[in-house]
Amino acid sequence: MQQQTKDTDARRQWMGVLAKSDESHVVQLWAGLSDLPAWEYLRRPEVGLVMVRGRMGGDGGPFNLGEMTVTRCSVRLQNGVVGHAWVAGRSARHAEMAAIADALMQDGDWRARVGEKLLAPLQSKLADDRGRAERKAAATRVDFFTMVRGED
Amino acid sequence: MNALAPQTGLLPGFNDPVADSQKMFRAVLEAMSRPGTIVTAPVLPVAPQPLNPVAAALILALADYETPLWLDPAARQPAAIDYVRFHCGCPLVEAPDQAGFALVTDAKSMPPLSAFHLGSDEYPDRSTTVIVQVPHLDGGEAWRLKGPGIRDQAILAAGQLPSAFKAWVQDNHALFPRGVDLLFAAPGQLAGLPRSTLLEG
Repeated sequence: MQQQTKDTDARRQWMGVLAKSDESHVVQLWAGLSDLPAWEYLRRPEVGLVMVRGRMGGDGGPFNLGEMTVTRCSVRLQNGVVGHAWVAGRSARHAEMAAIADALMQDGDWRARVGEKLLAPLQSKLADDRGRAERKAAATRVDFFTMVRGED
Repeated sequence: MNALAPQTGLLPGFNDPVADSQKMFRAVLEAMSRPGTIVTAPVLPVAPQPLNPVAAALILALADYETPLWLDPAARQPAAIDYVRFHCGCPLVEAPDQAGFALVTDAKSMPPLSAFHLGSDEYPDRSTTVIVQVPHLDGGEAWRLKGPGIRDQAILAAGQLPSAFKAWVQDNHALFPRGVDLLFAAPGQLAGLPRSTLLEG
């Protein structure tokens, strides 16, 4: 059970990285993977909308933040491993690559290679981008404070 | 296709889901509006055991998240269950009388037609549509069909059905406007037998 949770967490993490990365960056790194196994579509890429929900402060009541465009795709490798992807945006190619990568990451023979050549660079790029955005926001930060006016 | 283990894991559905579903739906319309006519299936996807490709195509085209599906015990195998869950997203029900669609892969041991949802007088359209998988559509006991969509008479001779099947269809017709509609899925072909069709001799 513990192992299963760990696997699910790991998969959730790499699916998130694949989904949020820039398509151009994925394409660029994809070129570095060679001799990929044969695969076929289980579900061809299709574009749709999902409702993004949020919770104020992380523990408030859930509310609908808004809809976003996603593309989903599912593939099956030659050996029967199934990969799924839901990626942001409307790129069929991105969804397809993400689904294949998800399948490869579940395959013992491929995991290390795809993790090193694809996932690691994508993840560090996402972390860099996030760090940059955070620094930019921090530079304009204003601390509000109010003096007690002692009126009552 | 993977030659080593064609049945492992999930199987792909329609190649082009929108166009293929529409072609299949058109075939169902043709079969239902001209009862007894043998219609050639326009698309044949790879089907999980024990479904035949036509039965699989019918499920892919018709079932979705709003249509509870009943699988007969013979069809309740992981491959088939995963297939319909993934491609159709339809709820699977245990009781045949709760189903919008029912799939019978082993006709010999199927429940009587009265066990399915027969619709109500207010909503006769809510009855179950039963898909019966048969080995062939000719060579069985020949039934003469009469009713809407048939000019003089039509002959249907679906194979390997339970001996009581004919009586079930006659009882089903007597319930009109309630009653189930039947679709026969044979290899490469389908035929319809709606509740409005009368069976003679």
